[in-house]
Amino acid sequence: MKPAKSSSTKANTKTKNTAKNTAKADAKSDDILLQMRNIHIKGKSDETWIDIINGVDLDLHRGEVLGLIGESGAGKSTLGLAAMGFCRDGCKITEGNISFDGMDLMQLDKNALRELRGRRIAYVAQSAAASFNPSHKLLDQFCEAPLIHNVMSKNKASEYAVDLYNRMNLPFPDVFGLRYPHEVSGGQLQRAMTAMALSCRPDLIIFDEPTTALDVTTQIEVLAAIKDIVKEFNTAAIYISHDLAVVAQMADRIKVLLKGDEVEQAPTEVMLKKPTEDYTKSLWAVREYARKEQPAVKDQTPIISIKGVTAGYHASVDVLRDVSFDIHKRRTVAVVGESGSGKSTTARVVTGLLPPRIGTVEYQGDALPSSYQARSREQLRHIQMIYQMADTALNPKLRIRDLISRPARMYLGLTGKALEDRVRDLLRMIEMEPDQFIDRLPSELSGGQKQRIGIARAIAAEPTMIICDEVTSALDQLVAEGILKLLDRLQSELDLSYMFITHDLATVRAIADEVVVMKDGLVVEQGIKSKMFKPPHHPYTELLLGSVPEMDPKWLDKLLDSRGKDNLGDAAIAKMKGEGIS
Amino acid sequence: MAYILTLFWVIVAVLVSLGAGWCFRAALIQISGPNMAKIYRTAPLTASFGLLVIVIYILCAIFAPLIAPYGEAEILSGGYMPWSQEFWLGTDNLGRDVFSRLIYGARNTVGIAFLTTALAFIFGTIIGIYAALRGGFIDQVLSRLIDVLMAIPSLIFSLLMLTIFGTNVLTLVIVIATIDSTRVFRIARAVALNIVQLDYIEAAKLRGENTLYLIIREILPNAMAPLAAEFGLRFCFVFLMISALSFMGLGLQPPLADWGSMVRDNADLISFGDITPLIPAGAIALLTIAVNFVVDWMLHRASGLKD
Repeated sequence: MKPAKSSSTKANTKTKNTAKNTAKADAKSDDILLQMRNIHIKGKSDETWIDIINGVDLDLHRGEVLGLIGESGAGKSTLGLAAMGFCRDGCKITEGNISFDGMDLMQLDKNALRELRGRRIAYVAQSAAASFNPSHKLLDQFCEAPLIHNVMSKNKASEYAVDLYNRMNLPFPDVFGLRYPHEVSGGQLQRAMTAMALSCRPDLIIFDEPTTALDVTTQIEVLAAIKDIVKEFNTAAIYISHDLAVVAQMADRIKVLLKGDEVEQAPTEVMLKKPTEDYTKSLWAVREYARKEQPAVKDQTPIISIKGVTAGYHASVDVLRDVSFDIHKRRTVAVVGESGSGKSTTARVVTGLLPPRIGTVEYQGDALPSSYQARSREQLRHIQMIYQMADTALNPKLRIRDLISRPARMYLGLTGKALEDRVRDLLRMIEMEPDQFIDRLPSELSGGQKQRIGIARAIAAEPTMIICDEVTSALDQLVAEGILKLLDRLQSELDLSYMFITHDLATVRAIADEVVVMKDGLVVEQGIKSKMFKPPHHPYTELLLGSVPEMDPKWLDKLLDSRGKDNLGDAAIAKMKGEGIS
Repeated sequence: MAYILTLFWVIVAVLVSLGAGWCFRAALIQISGPNMAKIYRTAPLTASFGLLVIVIYILCAIFAPLIAPYGEAEILSGGYMPWSQEFWLGTDNLGRDVFSRLIYGARNTVGIAFLTTALAFIFGTIIGIYAALRGGFIDQVLSRLIDVLMAIPSLIFSLLMLTIFGTNVLTLVIVIATIDSTRVFRIARAVALNIVQLDYIEAAKLRGENTLYLIIREILPNAMAPLAAEFGLRFCFVFLMISALSFMGLGLQPPLADWGSMVRDNADLISFGDITPLIPAGAIALLTIAVNFVVDWMLHRASGLKD
């Protein structure tokens, strides 16, 4: 039952140095911590085994950070988990060697693996909110691993926790651990989770998209904290992400995966400057898509005009305060802001799901009834919506035909052959082959295809305006780009107006004509895109713009230098409030 | 020695059951389309056996007059005749053929139990989903009303209702369905509460769909798996309740054959070491177990667990 005592570093020095192009090949070839060879992993899907990883090699040196990049389904997470000798339910490692510090993880029994995990290899999951036990205090959860592994006593562990919380720049580190997970913000929780992963001072941490669910300003705090602490403890890390710019900040070396195969790997600098493979180049190019901005409209009645809207879910708290802006014909208005800024609430007011307390929403100059129940079918038809999560936006039990035909039948009264033709036309418009897809269920589609069906359903009603609520944020970059191009094309073909809600400024740059920046339920700045991306900015806009990671690997360091460690994200916002700017 | 022999026969019975289940599953896979065959292939032997038993019961219920050698209420001889070539399971206290009554009992008891459960589900599901969909005041009123009904012990409540409204089949069905629909309401509401907050429901609301469309087209198909599993369980309870009521003389009235009252009528035989009265009880037990096997399998499928 005793763990394989192995603080000795030279146990596995004779491994052949087959690493193709390691970043730290200099004098470190004998310092390999993790070596994975020819890994094959299969997953069970409907009685048949399909390949998830086909023969990937991976080497990791002590203190090195390896970035794993790829689209969803590329096998990033599966490979990351395999580094712990772990497989998700329904998966199995069919072939390959995993050697961690001289131990063959494939040969170890359950108990030995359990000793290893948490103590020498730790894992930080994407959603800290879902990974913490909501009914225990943060500190108790921190101490769990050290106590189980007999690394330190409860008191020692608590002291260590406070120390780590302090290093991670968490507020009031002395008492931070006494809170429950729901009492701290998302960014703080993600940092607390990273601290927890460090509780036994592991040799290797696997970060599985730790900042994907966070706002840009919060993301910076977490990135800075992780980067700092990994360097300080000389911990090796595998950093999994689909966001290149983020990985560029964190990793020494980047490995690109595609459908379970390695595309290429190279040191970060080399990879960013000169990617060799076409696939990698296409990943890089995605970020450059930008549509030409259309000129502002002044003298024409706007399609939708939001006038002085104040609204909230409870009588005492207003989530929106005096929000006003217009959306003109064939224009895209991007509503930008962090979670909690009131973007989605604005959409709910426009659709009538949340009647405003004060103010009105006008459609082509006429005030709309405040509740959707009071609106006529015609009024409902003109404003359609596309959702962030295509998974929950499409009824999983209805076939594509039924999903798309319903609005056409309801609003336009189409039946029989005319309806069938219309559905097929719509499918063609969203670039999906009707014969192939018309009888499928949503579960038989990929994420991007589902989102396309969501778009088809919206345009089936022949609307004048579509509200797009974070439509690309759950998608991979290449797929998201396809969706943006599609929306763009549909706009010019069908004269649509878009209200485009997003937190991603790259998306804004790609598609918007006008930008509305929101914060705490207020519109802090609005105007045409080209003006918004040029200084001078409102301080909050500046903070948002400055927090978007860039492809330059030195970006985070420079930012830290210029802003200072204590002046990121939440802290910067708090400071702004203190100075009375909001 | 007798102990070992009993054990031997139990093992043989289990093996034969599982074997029958295997054969039945193979047959099902052969005769059904490719999609259904895929589902049947995942069925464990217990579930296949359960399905087989259910199919046999249904066939008995439908073709009772063809299978049964004698009429349901036909008095053929003196009371309590032993098992023989003529009367396979002997005759009951009035001289009616027990085997024939067992077959007809499937029709009466199972048929009425099915009808009752179906009614309870239609009623409970629609009200439950409606409560979840509307929320707020309407949800509160409906839920509290159901709580009041559930607070009264169901057997006592049904006895009370049957005494007031009289014991005919229609009353029996309506009373039990009403009592059972309270349980269904609970589940349907709980399941629907998770569904109504999903985006596609919001999208349908914004499209201007009416409540009935929302319930039937958007919510019900997605709540089907847990409800179907619950249907199996509820069916057993209803079945047992009808049998219990019949045993007490308040269920199906003579001369209709019914398994519960058949146990009561022939209970005396037990004292003479005759196991005939246990056969209808066994028929009840077998169906209950069979249904639960199938329900377990469906729950497993619905939970999406992979093993």
